[in-house]
Amino acid sequence: MKGLTCLSATLLGSLLVSAPGYADPQSDQDEIRTFFQKRFPKVELAGFADGAYAINENARSQWLEIEEFPPYEDAVDEGQEYFETPFANGKSYADCFPNGGIGIKQDYPKFDTDSGEVITIEYAINQCRTSNGEEALPYGQGELAYVSAYMASTSRDNIINVIIPDDERALAAYDAGKRMFYERKGQLNMACATCHISIAGSQLRAEITSPALGHTTHFPAFRFAWDDIGTLQKRYAGCNTQVRAKPFALQSEQYRNLEYFHTYMANGLPLNGPGSRK
Amino acid sequence: MKIKAKMKKDMAVVKVLAKHPMETGLRKDKKTDKVIPAKFIKELVCTHGDKVVFHADFGRAVSKNPYVSFSFAGAQKGDTIAMTWTDNTNETLTVEAPVK
Repeated sequence: MKGLTCLSATLLGSLLVSAPGYADPQSDQDEIRTFFQKRFPKVELAGFADGAYAINENARSQWLEIEEFPPYEDAVDEGQEYFETPFANGKSYADCFPNGGIGIKQDYPKFDTDSGEVITIEYAINQCRTSNGEEALPYGQGELAYVSAYMASTSRDNIINVIIPDDERALAAYDAGKRMFYERKGQLNMACATCHISIAGSQLRAEITSPALGHTTHFPAFRFAWDDIGTLQKRYAGCNTQVRAKPFALQSEQYRNLEYFHTYMANGLPLNGPGSRK
Repeated sequence: MKIKAKMKKDMAVVKVLAKHPMETGLRKDKKTDKVIPAKFIKELVCTHGDKVVFHADFGRAVSKNPYVSFSFAGAQKGDTIAMTWTDNTNETLTVEAPVK
């Protein structure tokens, strides 16, 4: 245990001071892969997309049984209906997205060099709505999450490909996301990295903490804790609350930057959303 | 109820997802402060022809949408099985499925 703490403290330290000025995303990605492939040598790189189910046999077998009748099936069908229903002005989601919105989720989040902000798929869904005279939907769950789930289902098996353009603002957004991931917060004074890098694979009460590598590939996810589909950022808010930190608003700049960094770490892994989780 | 029944060598492997609220009767509606009435499956039975091949007695401790997996001998591809649940309010549902 002590050896692990020393190792993880050193590793965390080295990851934070790895580059002068802004972070170097490619070397961050190399480091995170090296770290997890060393900790879980039996897992193939693509396998990390299964999260905790890649590193625990018992949990994996239960998850595979659940996937016999995937709990997100109905939500995907409902999401498809919402996706295909035109807006009042006659246009539809297909008009806002490349390739009509089919098979594109693996490219999100994107950095919009015009507006200078990170665009997640959920953010883009609402941008599409408001630019076509529709009301924005609440983030995190419900109709918007179902549309995101449908879009994820059409993108299954595509390789995550988040791009950081050669733009200082994009690097700054990535860096802000990375800092948020590694900074301690809340009354319990824990960082995302505490559970999902330092002690990834250990038991935290009744849970196996999942590795940060491949975290984002299966969202939005049907979580039994929610008894419904929810987005990645809904989980961010939940995790922040669990360390007794006040969560940011869903799709706030902070969470979008975090998602940008977080998803970039999963580049090269297959998208396998929507997923089911306990 | 969603049912999958498949032959694996000479055993039929059956997987069932019974969609049911499995309300324990011990929860209160937060808004009205009234107890949400109990509604849970008490019995789950599978028949193959006139033979009972699976029988489970459930109670309020079983979670929403119970999933069950079991196997039985004596079936072949093309046969039909019937799953029936009965709950504490005496509601019952029977769904048939082919053995593939």
